[in-house]
Amino acid sequence: MEKPLTEHIKNDNTWLSLKEYKKVGGYEGLQKALKLNPEEVTNIVKESGLKGRGGAGFSTGTKWSFVPMGDDVPTPKYFIANGDEMEPGSFKDRLLLEGNPHQLIEGMIIGSYAIQARYSYVFLRWAYHHAAKAISSAIQEAYEAGYLGQNILGSKFNLDMSLHISVGRYICGEETALLNALEGKRANPRTKPPFPVVSGLFGKPTVVNNVETLNNIPHILNKGAEWFKGLSKTDEGGTKLYGASGRVKKPGLWELPLGTTLRELLEVHAGGMQDGYKFKGVLPGGGSTDFLTEEHLDVPMDYASVGKAGSRLGTGTLIVLDDKTCTVGMLQNLEQFFAQESCGWCTPCREGLPWTAKLLDAIEKGKGKMEDLDTLTFQTHYMAPGNTYCALAPGAMEPLQSALKYFKTDFEKHIHEHKCPWEQ
Amino acid sequence: MAKVVIDNKMYEVNGSKNMLEICLSLGLNLPYFCWHPELGSVGACRQCAVIKYKDKEDTKGKLVMACLEPVADNMRISLEADEAKQFRAGNVEALMTNHPHDCPVCDEGGECHLQDMTVMTGHNYRRYNFKKRTHTNQYLGPFINHEMNRCIQCYRCVRFYKDYAGGKDLDVFGAHDDLYFGRHEEGVLENEFSGNLLEVCPTGVFTDKTLRKHFTRKWDLTNAPSICHGCALGCNIIASERYGSIRRILSRYNGDVNGYFLCDRGRFGYEYVNSEKRIQTPLKKQDGTFSQLTREQVIQEINAITSGKKLIGIGSPKASLESNFLLRQWVGAENFYAGMSNSEGKLVQLVLEILKAGKVKTPSLNEVKEYDAVFILGEDVTNTAPMLALNLRQAAKNKPDQKAAALDIPDWNDEGVRELVQGAKGPFYIASAHITKLDEIATQTCQLHPDDIARLGYAVANKINGQLPVLDSDEGEETLSQNIAKAMLAAKKPLIVAGISLFNQSIIESAANVASALKEQGKDVGLVYIVPEVNSVGLTMIADQFLDDAFEKATQAENDTLIILENDLYQRMDKNSTDAFFENYKNNITLDYLDNKTTQQATYILPATTFAEGNGTVINNEGRAQRFYQVYSPDNDVKSSWKWLQAMIPNTTSSCQSFDEVIKDLVDAFPELKGIQEIAPSEHFREGTQKIPREPHRYSGRTAMHADTEVSEHQPPSDTDSALSFTMEGYAGIPPAALTPFYWSPGWNSVQAINKYQIEVGGALHGGNPGKRLFEQKENNKADYFENIPSQFSPKEGSWFLLPFYHILGSDELSAQSPAIKERVPAPYVALNDNDASKAGIEEGDIIDVLVKEVNQKLTVKLNTGLPEGTIGLPKGLTATAGIQFPFWTTFKKLTDE
Repeated sequence: MEKPLTEHIKNDNTWLSLKEYKKVGGYEGLQKALKLNPEEVTNIVKESGLKGRGGAGFSTGTKWSFVPMGDDVPTPKYFIANGDEMEPGSFKDRLLLEGNPHQLIEGMIIGSYAIQARYSYVFLRWAYHHAAKAISSAIQEAYEAGYLGQNILGSKFNLDMSLHISVGRYICGEETALLNALEGKRANPRTKPPFPVVSGLFGKPTVVNNVETLNNIPHILNKGAEWFKGLSKTDEGGTKLYGASGRVKKPGLWELPLGTTLRELLEVHAGGMQDGYKFKGVLPGGGSTDFLTEEHLDVPMDYASVGKAGSRLGTGTLIVLDDKTCTVGMLQNLEQFFAQESCGWCTPCREGLPWTAKLLDAIEKGKGKMEDLDTLTFQTHYMAPGNTYCALAPGAMEPLQSALKYFKTDFEKHIHEHKCPWEQ
Repeated sequence: MAKVVIDNKMYEVNGSKNMLEICLSLGLNLPYFCWHPELGSVGACRQCAVIKYKDKEDTKGKLVMACLEPVADNMRISLEADEAKQFRAGNVEALMTNHPHDCPVCDEGGECHLQDMTVMTGHNYRRYNFKKRTHTNQYLGPFINHEMNRCIQCYRCVRFYKDYAGGKDLDVFGAHDDLYFGRHEEGVLENEFSGNLLEVCPTGVFTDKTLRKHFTRKWDLTNAPSICHGCALGCNIIASERYGSIRRILSRYNGDVNGYFLCDRGRFGYEYVNSEKRIQTPLKKQDGTFSQLTREQVIQEINAITSGKKLIGIGSPKASLESNFLLRQWVGAENFYAGMSNSEGKLVQLVLEILKAGKVKTPSLNEVKEYDAVFILGEDVTNTAPMLALNLRQAAKNKPDQKAAALDIPDWNDEGVRELVQGAKGPFYIASAHITKLDEIATQTCQLHPDDIARLGYAVANKINGQLPVLDSDEGEETLSQNIAKAMLAAKKPLIVAGISLFNQSIIESAANVASALKEQGKDVGLVYIVPEVNSVGLTMIADQFLDDAFEKATQAENDTLIILENDLYQRMDKNSTDAFFENYKNNITLDYLDNKTTQQATYILPATTFAEGNGTVINNEGRAQRFYQVYSPDNDVKSSWKWLQAMIPNTTSSCQSFDEVIKDLVDAFPELKGIQEIAPSEHFREGTQKIPREPHRYSGRTAMHADTEVSEHQPPSDTDSALSFTMEGYAGIPPAALTPFYWSPGWNSVQAINKYQIEVGGALHGGNPGKRLFEQKENNKADYFENIPSQFSPKEGSWFLLPFYHILGSDELSAQSPAIKERVPAPYVALNDNDASKAGIEEGDIIDVLVKEVNQKLTVKLNTGLPEGTIGLPKGLTATAGIQFPFWTTFKKLTDE
């Protein structure tokens, strides 16, 4: 089983130096890319079927192809790696950022070449101190080796790159809020259209891709679209970093073929539930995805299949709920986080999320009323996709709406017993 | 045009708009908060949700925000679909979770957009039963009260204040449900247009502090359509009264003038009307003291002293055309003087000639927003014509915004356009005598002596048309004039702005040359001149002699009687010569509103109306005639000057003339003023058989208002001069725009009811915007050019050229007497050139002695104003600097420690 993204990552908390990276085929993808013209690079990525690993699952090559190309287009264009990994339960980008920074940088240079960007930024979560060191050092090495700067590898392509450390807000992971933050403005999302590929950073065409997405790029260029498609168990190409947290025997992170089933993840890789705990449900793609339950264990974890099952692949990092943890308490914690992280721009998210969190808090404390469940259901409709300015609040409603569907009795017990039934 | 289907009904609509604008323009009630016709759409509040259907077969549809939905042909939407209605009700419920239930004690109550929208969506039962978030409030200065708990976070305030008006000291702080809209710390809101926050805020966060001091609910106010008297732009206002005092000013929408907004001078400068210094009865001076007379007595006595005597009349650019005209009729044209100095009057005359010649277009105030390149010569626009500055700020965005159109980003998509252009402005050039506030949006600026500003103008004209005279300018000027000419030629619609504030004829002439040269190059050029006062243009049309002329001739006066109309001459001429002037006259009749130095010189004082108690016509800087109407009928002897004059003019028919008849005489005497008959319906106008009520139908307390003195209800005063009535009874629909005293529509109690008065939201009013331009551009009129190029200014050793500095809050005599404005008037100062000061060993804050017309004044020094070397500046029109006739050469000296 091939693990192109992670196979060379070391276990000693140090990252691959340029020398080490080159030894295992690093920057060969870039060399190949620079011999092609930009449109050909984009086409290869498009053919590979690579989908955005940040959660939305949009075709990466297609996104690149929307960037205006040619001589009389607005310049400079920008290319940005979204390293603001703050999805609850998600820690996949961290491994790549800390373990193999050159893989990201190579992917970014290739992407920049494909859209003819002049500047690129790594937008990094504030808390990722170790990753910040890795990226800084790798950028410096890349400059010294001529992979960045003027006339890269004699190709006449110029690209500068720098690291931007975010001040730490979940909303900065939303690509347009990220652009505002990078410009030094309030991290509010922007209206779409216009999309960033047309009017992005400083009003110029900009591509924002997730860190894991970009880590795939050097390999796609090096080994081809067909090879990439073959990595996967489904028709969506490549491998995926899957993770699991919760009361499983071996919480962790694994690079596996895209489309590995939920059951295999839970039972083989995570080692099954800890002794004395029973599986109750799982958020398959981080905090902002719908619960899946026992009946969904054989769902392949790819974008289409998880979608069909009523949830989202999201970041592919599972949060496992067991029978001894209070569902309402878990949701309260999650909704409190989302309410706190709302930027405050649109009404449903700004007002609806704190209201939701307060309702859950009241229910958890045994002060809930049966009507509160109707109000919670109202909130899930009120903050449905399309009703809000960006995807934050609809994402926040996903665990709640599915919990109301699968675990409604847990809520009712709280209300009837006037206390949390899990309380000791 | 496009065809759209809204709730199964087909409409033909404007394809360049968004669906919210379409729905509102069609008269449909779709609630909204964050959208504003001038500020565009941002999609923040989510209130204007509708269901959009893919096609005829689609029955489910998708919830979208109408404000972000461009019109598309055959588009199908529904406002009435259950899902949309439920969402909108839920959204208001969410907004209301933190909104206090303090409507009964909130100043906004009864005219609150949030109240209206809440009722409109049907939300009435509260499910949220947790604590509300609370905030502390800030002191924001004398104009605006802050109550943050009421905020519904629509972001309109910061979008207006920062993005539209260029303010720096209001912002949004915090995040999620803990947002704070305010200053970084307590303090006065500095922007000149801060008062618009009151109307932009959909609820009671920002409310009128001056209204609060004598609070009245909207429905209890008597209102009239009026014209701001604060400067020459003639912004349209609604003035409102209760219990005999003016309570507040709101913007009255006029799509040809001020649009939705007002400046702070116009909005908060009304309180002088309620001043204790108001003259309430006729007064007669005997042995140095004034005693009251009755109306009949005073008329009789004045008839006696004026009969058969030569009369000298001094008019006023603050008074209406009608009042000035009747004074002129009484004293005779040869004895009538426009009450402004010759230096000012001659320049207004020149501007008037250029307007009349109509070689280039003079755009309306609102049209200024459409120009895409600007060149300002000499004016500190923010302080001499504030609302023009606000509109110039919008014009500065046009060229960069053209980029958005190229990417199919509609102009109403505020956020999309803003992120694309990233605050780019220009081309925008300013040549002024000192640093001005608009410099911050300029492409390039320079500070020059007025003569050199004119020279720059001539140089630019030469760069546009090489046949115009060449100047021997230095290299700096050469590149600057080159840049300006290039930018103006590259623009589609260049705009040239100049005025008379620096009292320099050459600036006016060179600006005309630049505009004419651009016109000859086929440009759709605009030329705006700023003049000082509300009726400067109107007065100059009926008078051709000025104060210096009057002062000169006064020495020949024998037994003549002087009549002064609404004019404190000490504001306009220096004290010594004004004193001397008055000494020539034994009898002096003054018509005025406030006690001042001139009324102190009078033999008889007649209590005149301000804009608030009388009708009149004024002509703005563009040549637009507009009518203001009496708000209320005071129960004292205060009368319009034209009514007093009618009563005093002997042996004429005019004594019983109505307002319309006065206008008829005026037009007969001055045919070029014919247009003023068309600016508003006549006094005989009726909607059906009804007059237009000044009071809303919910006006309360009428039977109780005078109960402390009399039990029976007073008969309301009758208005014989207009189609308006002083009651709540009358026509309930939308009256002609010129007669609209307030905005109200069922379900729309706030100022946003204006939507119902417009043909298309943000566009013209039903029946057309009121007012009439008297001069239009004349086609095929060959340009002729001015040729008197002044020579370059050279500083003199030991002598400095004195220039005026203008202040929006301070330089206007009347508004500066309003208590709220008074708090903001700057302390007197003297501005020096930094080099001149350092040579003289003077620093910022030092007190120096400045020689002003033979009088020494001790003033605090202000540096860093950008004044050119050899010049010196004083604030115009402050109490300490009143009557200074700029410009002249003067000296100053440093005060030693002794």
